[in-house]
This record gives sequence, C-alpha cells and structure tokens, in this order.
Amino acid sequence: MDALDPLILARIQFAANISFHILFPTITIALGWALLGFKLAYNRTKDEAWMDAYRLWVKVFALSFAMGVVSGITMSFQFGTNWPGYMEKVGNIAGPLLAYEVLTAFFLEAVFLGIMLFGFSRVPNWVHTMATLLVAGGTTLSAFWIIVLNSWMQTPVGYEIRDGVVHATDWWAIIFNPSMPYRLIHMLIASALTVAFLIAGMSAWRWLKDGGGEGVRRTLKAAIYAAALLIPVQIFVGDLHGLNTLEHQPQKVAAMEANWETRSHVPLVLFAIPDEDARTNHLEVAIPSGASLILKHEAAGVVPGLNDYEGNHPPVGPLFWGFRIMVGIGVAMLALSWFAAWTICRRGVDAMPRWLAHGLVAMTFSGWVATLAGWYVTEIGRQPWLVTGVLKTADAVGPVGSAMVASSLTLYLVVYAVLLTAYIAVLYRLARLGKAAPNDKPMFPVPTIAPGPAAPQEEPA
Amino acid sequence: MTPFIDPWWLPVIFAGLMGLSILLYVILDGYDLGVGMLTRLEKDENRDLMVASIGPFWDANETWLVLGIGLLLVAFPVAHGLILTQLYLPVALMLVALILRGVSFEFRAKAAPEHKQRWDHAFFAGSLLTALCQGYMLGAYVLGFDQSFAAVLFCLLAALGLVAGYVFVGACWLIYKVEGDLQKRAVRWAEISLWATALAMAIISIATPLLSERIFDRWFRLPEIIALLPIPIAAATLFIGLAIFLRRPLRAKDELSWVPLAVAGILFALGFVGIAYSFYPYLIADRLDIWQAAASPEALSIILIGALFVLPVILGYSVLAHWIFRGKATHLSYE
Repeated sequence: MDALDPLILARIQFAANISFHILFPTITIALGWALLGFKLAYNRTKDEAWMDAYRLWVKVFALSFAMGVVSGITMSFQFGTNWPGYMEKVGNIAGPLLAYEVLTAFFLEAVFLGIMLFGFSRVPNWVHTMATLLVAGGTTLSAFWIIVLNSWMQTPVGYEIRDGVVHATDWWAIIFNPSMPYRLIHMLIASALTVAFLIAGMSAWRWLKDGGGEGVRRTLKAAIYAAALLIPVQIFVGDLHGLNTLEHQPQKVAAMEANWETRSHVPLVLFAIPDEDARTNHLEVAIPSGASLILKHEAAGVVPGLNDYEGNHPPVGPLFWGFRIMVGIGVAMLALSWFAAWTICRRGVDAMPRWLAHGLVAMTFSGWVATLAGWYVTEIGRQPWLVTGVLKTADAVGPVGSAMVASSLTLYLVVYAVLLTAYIAVLYRLARLGKAAPNDKPMFPVPTIAPGPAAPQEEPA
Repeated sequence: MTPFIDPWWLPVIFAGLMGLSILLYVILDGYDLGVGMLTRLEKDENRDLMVASIGPFWDANETWLVLGIGLLLVAFPVAHGLILTQLYLPVALMLVALILRGVSFEFRAKAAPEHKQRWDHAFFAGSLLTALCQGYMLGAYVLGFDQSFAAVLFCLLAALGLVAGYVFVGACWLIYKVEGDLQKRAVRWAEISLWATALAMAIISIATPLLSERIFDRWFRLPEIIALLPIPIAAATLFIGLAIFLRRPLRAKDELSWVPLAVAGILFALGFVGIAYSFYPYLIADRLDIWQAAASPEALSIILIGALFVLPVILGYSVLAHWIFRGKATHLSYE
C-alpha cells in the first residue's frame, strides 16, 4: 500500500517536524528585534507603557523560544534517524553550515536568553539591553545559516563530486549561492509580518475586551505601522524571489503557475484544478497574458511549461494552491494594514471601528499560514530532488521500516497538536493578563523572601 | 581549502570535541533532569524554587546536546546515520520527552493555575523519560547495538543507572543552590542516589570488558593497567569521601555547599574517560573507527577554525551566565 511506504512516511514526518518547528523561529526572529525596540523606547522615554509591552512580549518570546529549541533538537536528530543518505552525500557542505549555526548563533541565543528573561534586576540596565540585542542578533544569525543551507540545496554551486561524495570547492560561492539573498530577505520580512500581525491581533483582541492600557495602544499602533510599511516591500521582494526561481528552477515556477506548455502570452491562472495525469487544468479561470506579464514583464514573454520537464518536475497541485494561499494572505494583509494604518493615523487607536479590530483578530496567525504555504511551495517545489541535480529524496531515506516511522510520526503529531493548542491558549491568557500584572510580583515566590502571600499565584509576572 | 594540520589528527580532535560536548551535556543537563525528577518529591513553593534554580540555565545546557550530536553529524556523518537508525525508537521517545520537559518549564509558569499541576506532571515525566532513554541508548551503544535478551536487560539496567546518576547530580546541584530544610532533604537524596550511581558505574565498568575481548585487553594489560588503575581508585575514593562529607551537617555559613556538585562532576568525567578509553579509536564498537567515519579533511578544517574561535567564547559566556545567577536560588522574575 502506497500510504505505508517508508519514504512517504519519512517525508510526512520530516514535514510535520519542520512545519511545527518553523512556526516558532518565525516569531522569535522578529520578536527579538521588536523587544529591543520596546526596550530602547523605554530607555529613551522612561515611559512605563513600553516596559509593560516588553514584559508581556518577552514572555511570549520565552515560550516561543523554548518551543523552537526543543523542536529544533528534533530536527538535528531527524537527519540521522530518517535521512542518513543526506549527510553521507552532502555532509561536507551541510555539516560546516549546520556547525556554524550551532556555534555562532544557537549558543548566543540560549545563553543570553537567561539574562534577558531573568536578569533585569541582577545586571546593569545596559547589560540587559545588550543581552536583548545579542539574543535578537543570535536568532537572525541562526536564520542566516539555515537559509544558506536550504538555498544551497535549492541552487547548489561551489562544489565538485569525488567518489560519489560532494566536496566544497568555493565556500564564498556556497554561502552566497544564487537564491540565498532573496530567500533570506523574503523570510526575514515574513517573520516581521508574522510578528506584526500577531502583536496587532492580540492587542486588538485585548482592546476589544477592555481597552487594555497605554501599552496595548502603543503596540497595536506600532505593529500596524510596521505591517503597512513592510507588506509592499515583501511583495516586491517576493516578485524578485520569483524571478530568481524562474531563472534557476523554472520547473518550480511552471508548477506554481500550473502552466503546462512553454509559450508566450501565458495567462495568470486564478483558479484551476491541475490534473497531472491528463497534463491539463480543469475549470480554469485566468487573466490573459497575466503570468507572462508578471514573470517576464511583457505580454509576449515566453514562460517555460511543465511538459518540458515531464517526470522531473514537482507535484503541481500543492505548489499551485500553496502559492495562491500565500499570495492571497499577502493581499489581505496589504488591504487590512493600510486601511488600519490610515484609520489610526487620522483618528487614533480608540476611534478604530470594532469590525476593523475584529478583522485584525482574525488575522492574528495569518503570518504563520502564509509562511508555511510559502515554505511548502519552495520545498515541495524542489522535488523529486533533495539537493537539486545532486541527490534525490528517495536516495537519502534510511532503512527504518514503516511501522517504526508510523509510530514515531503518530507520537510527534499527538504531542505537536497538544502543544500548539496549549501555546495559543497561553498566548491569549498572557494577553488577557498583560497590563494587569503588578510590577513586583515574582514568577516563583519563595516562602522566606516573597513579599506577598505564597499561595498558588494568580499570575507569575 | 587545504587542511592546515595533518589530516590524521582532524578526526582525533573532533572525537575529543564531541566527547567534551557530550560530557558537558551529561553533567549540565544531568543536573537539570535530576532536579526535574526530584520535583516530584516536593510541592508548591519548594517545587517552584527547585525549578527556579535551573531556570536561567537549562536552555544553554541543552544546547551542548545539539553541539555534541551536531559534531557527530557533521564530523562523522556515516556514524551518525548508523547510530541513530539503530537507536530509532529510544531517540524518538527521548525527543518527545525533551520537548515535554522544555516546554512545561514555560507552560507551568504561564498557563492557567488550574493547569499548572498538569505541566508539573509533564515536567517530571519528561525529565524521567529523557534520562531513561539516554541511559538505554548508552547501554545499547556500549554493547554495539546487540539485540539479544540479555543485551536489552543490560540496557534497561543502564537506563535506571543513568536515572540514578542524574538524580545524584541534581541533588548535588540543589545542595549548592538552596537552603534550609529543602537543602537538608537534598543531602538525603544525594546520599541515597550516590550509592545507586556507584553501583551502576561499577556494573557498567565490569560488564564492558567482559563483553568485548578488545576492551578487556586494553584495560588488563601491562603496563597500561598501572597507568589506568588510578581511574577506578579515584572514583571509589571520591564516592566514599563524598558519602562521609554528606553525613556531616553543612556548616552554618554554607561555604562548602559546592563540594558535592564538583565531586559529582569529577565522577561523571572519570566514568566518561573510562568509556572513551575503552572505545577509542572506535565510534561503533569494533566496527567503525573515527577515520573511517570522518567527513573530508577540508570540511573538518573549516569547522575546526570556527570551533577554535567560538568554543572558548561559549565556555566564557556560559561561565558568565552562571556567575550572574550565582548564589542561592531565589524567585525568578521577568523584572
């Protein structure tokens, strides 16, 4: 039976793990910088509202960071448990990149996180600000190394194959491989947008409940402005990224557009049901010459089609739909953030219509969905290759049997479902308690030291 | 790029770095996991305090596991694949346990009060299961992944042994980090787990040479045996010395409360040196040595450059973090 094929199961397991994992770095990468912003604003103005915001969001950061660390450890084991062929073949390149990620970035974050979270009263203020900076820098550096490796797998350069094993010849070329800059910037902005909509959504939710405090209004406004500024940049960068993909992985773009024939005046397909067996689209709704205009910037531009890559292109359906989900959310983000920014700019946060706040609440986790959809497009779009032109996914999978993979997969899925539910529940709990938290209530009261009653505390601040 | 030192040395250096990372992980996350298991014996404020004592450190401690397994992955890719496919289920279970342990730490302090109990359970269970899985893997690794009934029994014994070891180092951590009645109880826990740890180390030390002729030869051969004898003698002396130390009440000013933790660290290091000596130069007993498993010299040298710069820095700022949060654990707050 196909569904019990160990290869498919191993792929589903890897996809499940990495999908769960990426949710949290997507938040921490940008949230680190947002916290630094709150902290600097507080240092400058000594306005407690900024510190209220810092205290609330640093907890979200701590929780997201822990989720990212533990799910990231799972990733580092997955290579060995399920994909031993990967490191055997390209270990000489993937190895150093992963090593640098752990050495330069991961430790930086993990060590200074303790100071950032619990050190405010133990170290001078500037050390605390510095720890926040180092943690934010560490998460971004971490993202850099991981994106370098992923991009190299998409567009490998700077290597040679000796005795069937990949050896590095030019590290500069490997690190700055053709798709890296586009993917990195696209991801960093995606993270910023995810966090902007998360903060806007949670703040709007709190504002709808009881107005929140000054901290809630501040963060709501800052998040909306950040989103409104970043979304056009993201659309522009996304376009550049698409053109870069067209140059280096044309079959991926062909699948994203569900374009079967290489031709000019390719329409932009808005809706269709791609059929890989018949190699055509059903129920197609399209804008004439749209894809040619977007990809070649002229109506007569020739866009490559899937039939040129028969048997060597990724599955069409997931790419076609994944891409549309991502772009659709991007458009919704643009409309909502611009309208909200315009409203707030003219009339202030408290004059915001309630339906607009409800809209922001509905979009709280939209960044997650868009980021996941985008990664699905780019990762499934690399298939059937694990490293384009070098190693097929099917050749890297390990000898572990279906039953074994199925049981570990079930275990992971159950745990992830529980954790995700708990994570979102706790986020809303934190947002509800946000400003209400008194300033000097300890997180873990000690009987002999704690000033207040040591009974089960309401809110560990 | 061309290797800047004799390529023969590169796998040796990386085996050393990997060993150091794993040893540091076992000691550092060992006390976290031990404290995690001991939380079951206390409740409310004391439990909070125990968790607070490891709060600022556990993230960084767990990172040594990522580095250790990462070095295995990048420096010895073939061995990484072989070892981890052999240990598939215990690894999967350990990962789930590590996930539970790590996140309950956050959730127990942030979830609604009526759910706190649940996360406390998850914290305890995650710590215990992690220790069990790691001990099982240690046993399986020492036996070269033998699947016989006796081997599985040995692995289960090793699992319990590592639980004892982690509880021991966790109790020693608490002696150092807390005061008063809780500290007195920690001394009691350390006294009990000390003997369990000694027993486990003795069993593994005796079983390993009996199971492998090569390891037997490495240990019981003149003149090596004379050079090696100090290891078991030192271990035995430290165990007995610490047992005597723990019987006396700690001084009023508490200035020696770090001693048990230091001794526990040295004992772990001795055990580690013993296992490392038995195995060297093999990564998988009698099957795969470090040169056969190593990545290309070019790849190893480029990692080494980074490691030589960065490892001292990591050690430095780990020490800094321990220094900033030095002294007795108090409540942790985001203030």
